[in-house]
Amino acid sequence: MLGDYALPGDKQELRENLGLDRPILVQYGDYLTGIVQGDLGISIHSKRAVTEEIWERIPASAELMMGAMVVALLIAFPFGILSALKPYGILDSTSMLVSFLGVAMPNFWLGPLLIILFSIQLDWLPINERGGLEHLILPSITLGTAMAAMLSRMIRSSLLEVLGEDYVLNARAKGLPERQVILKHALRNALIPVITVIGLQIGVLLSGAIITEAIFDWPGMGSLLLDGIYNRNYPLVQGCILTIASIYVIVNLITDITYAWVDPRVRLS
Amino acid sequence: MTMFRNKWTYLGLVIIILFILCAILAPWIAPEDPYKINLVQELAPPGEGHIMGRDINGSDILSRLIYGARISITIGLVVVLISSFVGILLGLISGYYGGWIDLLLMRLVDILLAFPGLLLAIALVAVLGPSITNVVIALTALGWVSFARLVRGQVISVKEREYVLAAKTSGQSDIRVMVLHILPNIVSTVIVQATFNIAGVIISESSLSFLGLGAPPGTPSWGAMLSEGKQVILDAPHVSFFPGLAILLVVLAFNFVGDGLRDKFDPKTGRE
Amino acid sequence: MMHSQETKPILEVNDLCVVFKTEAGRATILDKVSFKLQKNKTLGIVGESGSGKTITALSVLNLIPSPPLDSMSGEIRFQGENLLTFTKSQLRKVRGNRIAYIFQEPMTALNPVLTIGDQIVEMIRAHNSISKKEARDKAVHLLTEVGITSPIQRLKNYPHEISGGMRQRAMIAIALSCDPDILIADEPTTALDVTIQAQVLDLFKYLIESRGMSIIFVTHDLGVIAEIADDILVLQAGKTIEYDSIDKVFHDPQHPYTQKLLSLIKGGVA
Repeated sequence: MLGDYALPGDKQELRENLGLDRPILVQYGDYLTGIVQGDLGISIHSKRAVTEEIWERIPASAELMMGAMVVALLIAFPFGILSALKPYGILDSTSMLVSFLGVAMPNFWLGPLLIILFSIQLDWLPINERGGLEHLILPSITLGTAMAAMLSRMIRSSLLEVLGEDYVLNARAKGLPERQVILKHALRNALIPVITVIGLQIGVLLSGAIITEAIFDWPGMGSLLLDGIYNRNYPLVQGCILTIASIYVIVNLITDITYAWVDPRVRLS
Repeated sequence: MTMFRNKWTYLGLVIIILFILCAILAPWIAPEDPYKINLVQELAPPGEGHIMGRDINGSDILSRLIYGARISITIGLVVVLISSFVGILLGLISGYYGGWIDLLLMRLVDILLAFPGLLLAIALVAVLGPSITNVVIALTALGWVSFARLVRGQVISVKEREYVLAAKTSGQSDIRVMVLHILPNIVSTVIVQATFNIAGVIISESSLSFLGLGAPPGTPSWGAMLSEGKQVILDAPHVSFFPGLAILLVVLAFNFVGDGLRDKFDPKTGRE
Repeated sequence: MMHSQETKPILEVNDLCVVFKTEAGRATILDKVSFKLQKNKTLGIVGESGSGKTITALSVLNLIPSPPLDSMSGEIRFQGENLLTFTKSQLRKVRGNRIAYIFQEPMTALNPVLTIGDQIVEMIRAHNSISKKEARDKAVHLLTEVGITSPIQRLKNYPHEISGGMRQRAMIAIALSCDPDILIADEPTTALDVTIQAQVLDLFKYLIESRGMSIIFVTHDLGVIAEIADDILVLQAGKTIEYDSIDKVFHDPQHPYTQKLLSLIKGGVA
C-alpha cells in the first residue's frame, strides 16, 4: 500500500495507525462493535469512513436496480399473462424461445451488444455513466433481461395452473364477467408465488449489478467493491460485502412478510 | 431408436464436441499464436487474414478464441470434477447417516445457498486475491453444495428401498452398501447436475475474468477478452462480439444437453 | 315413460352430445342424453365415476373448458330458448342468476384468498345493482337461511378457517344469493361425513319447500337419491341407461345395470 519502496519505519507507523499491531481478537471485536454503531472502518486510500463512501454510492445502485425491476416487470407481466391465456400459441412459443435465450445470455455480452447497437450504430443513447434517464435505459435492460425472462415463464406457469382450478370455474359459473374472473380470481392467486420469486431475484440482481456497473462505468456499490478489490482496500471490501449481504437479508425478510400478508392461509392465527 | 427426444440436444452435443476439439487441438488448428503481437494491425476489423479481426495487441481473435476454449473447458472440468466428488461424498454421508452430521451439513448448505453465487464467489476471490487458481478454488468451494444437496435427497429416497435394506441386513458394511447399491442409482441425476454445473462454472469464470478477478489481462480467456473489448468498444466492437457469442453458444449447448439427459433419465418415460 | 306431462318442464335437455378432443382423437363423452326437469321437483343424475354425470351438469351452463371440449350438440331448453346457442354475455346473465351451480368440493371451489363475505357479495352484485352494504345484509340472511351460526363473523372468515360442513353450506348460500330458478348440485354431500350429510340433505329439502326450487342433484350414491329425488336419470359411459320417476326405477328397474346399483343399497328402498 505504501508502495514497494517504503522504509521499515514507515511500515511500522502504518501498522500502528491501522491498529494491525494489536492482537487479532481485539481487532475483530472492535470491528464488530463498530458495525453495530454503523462504523465500518476507514477506507485505506481515501481515508474517509467506509460508511460514507458506501452511502454515497447507494442512490446510483438503487436507481439501477429499480430501472432493472421496471424493465423486468414491464416485459414479464404482459408476456407471462398473455402466454397463459393462450398456451402453446404463437406468442407463447416465441416467448419461450426468447426467454431461454434471455436466461442463457451473459449480461457482460448483452451490455456491450446493446451499446454497439444503440449507442454506436444508431447513436440513440449515451454509452455509459450515470446521468439523465437516457443513461439509465441500456444498463436497466442489461440487468433486467435475465430476470424478465425467468419471471415471464414463472407468471405463465403459475397463471396456467390457477386457471385450471375449480374456483376459477366456479367464478365463471357464478356469472361473473370474464375480466373479473381473470383479474380478481385467477391473477390474484397466481401472483402469490411470483412475489416470493421476485424477492429472491433481487439478490441475483444485486450480484448482476456488479457486472452491469462494470460494463457501463456506473458509479454504484458494485464498482466501489471492485475498486476496493483491485486496490486491496480491505476495509472497503469488507464494508461493501457486508452491506450488500445485509440488503439481501432485509429484502428476503420483507418478501416473507409480504407473502404472509398476501396469502391468508399462511398467516398465523 | 433415437437417443434423445429433443433435437436441440443434438445441436448442443455438436457444439460441445466442437468446443472440446478446439481445446484439445488448439495448437494445430489456431491460425496464429494467440499471444503474438502485431501492432501494425491492432484492432483490425474482421477481414482477410483474420476472420474475426484482431484485438488491441494485433493478436488474431479467432486464435485467442480457440485457445480460450482450453481455459474454459479446463476450469469447467476441474471445478465440476472436484466439487462433485466432494459433494457426492458429503451428500452420501449426510443422507445415509442422518443425525447431527446431516443437520450440520444442511444448515451449511442452506446458508451458502441463501446468497447469490456470484456474490460469494467475488467475496472469496477478493479475500484470496485475483488469479485463475483462486477462481478455481472459489468456484469449487461453492460448487459442491448443489451436488451435496442433490445426492443427499436421492440417498434418502433410495436407502429405504428393498435391495438396500436387504444388503444391510445381510451384513454388508456401510461403505459397500453406499458404493455398490446406492451410488449406481443416483449416478444419472448426478450426471445431469454436473452438465448444468459446467455451464454455470463457465459463466462464473467468464464473469470473474471479465471483472478482472480471474485470468490476468492478456490471457485469452473469453471473459478477459470481453473485458478488453469493453475498453475499445467505440473503435472495435468486433472484439466484444465473438467471445461473448462463444460463451453464449457453449452455455446453451450444455443446457440443452443437460435437459436432454434429464428427459432421458426421467423415470416417467424411461429407465431410472 | 314420464309420469306427468301436464306441466311444462322448467328445463328440457334433448339429445345432448358432448365430444372431447383427446390425444387419441375425438371421444364422445355424452351420447344423446335427454331429460326434463319439472318445476319444484328434484332430478337425480346417478352413475359411477366417469359415467358423464358431472359433464352433463356442467354442460347445462356451458362450463366445460375448451380444451378438452371439442363440440356440443343438441338442445338445452330453458325459458323457451336453447342455452347452447347463447352468446357469452347471454350466458353470463343465466349463470348464477337463473341457474346456479354448486361444486363438489368446497375447499377447491372457494377462492382461498377471499373471504366468504367477499365471495357472496361479488356474486350478488354481479347480477344486481345494489350497494355493498345491502349486499352484505343479504349475505347475512343467506348464511342464516342455510343454517350457519354467527353469520356476521363468518363473512369475514376465509374458507380454510371454517369447517367442511360450513363451507358446503356457504357454497349453497352463494348459489342461492340471486334467487335462481334451478340449482345444480354436483355431489354436494360426497365430501362430507355422514352426520353432516344428513343435515345438508335436510337443508336441501327445506330449500325445495320454502323457495320452490327445482334441483338437479348429481351423485353416485343411490341412498341419497332415494331420499331426495323425484325422478332419476341413470348414466353409464355417457349413455342413458334408465330415466323415470323414482318409484318406477326403484321398484321396477329395466336395466341390469340399475339392478346392480340398487342391490348395493343396504336394505333397499321402502
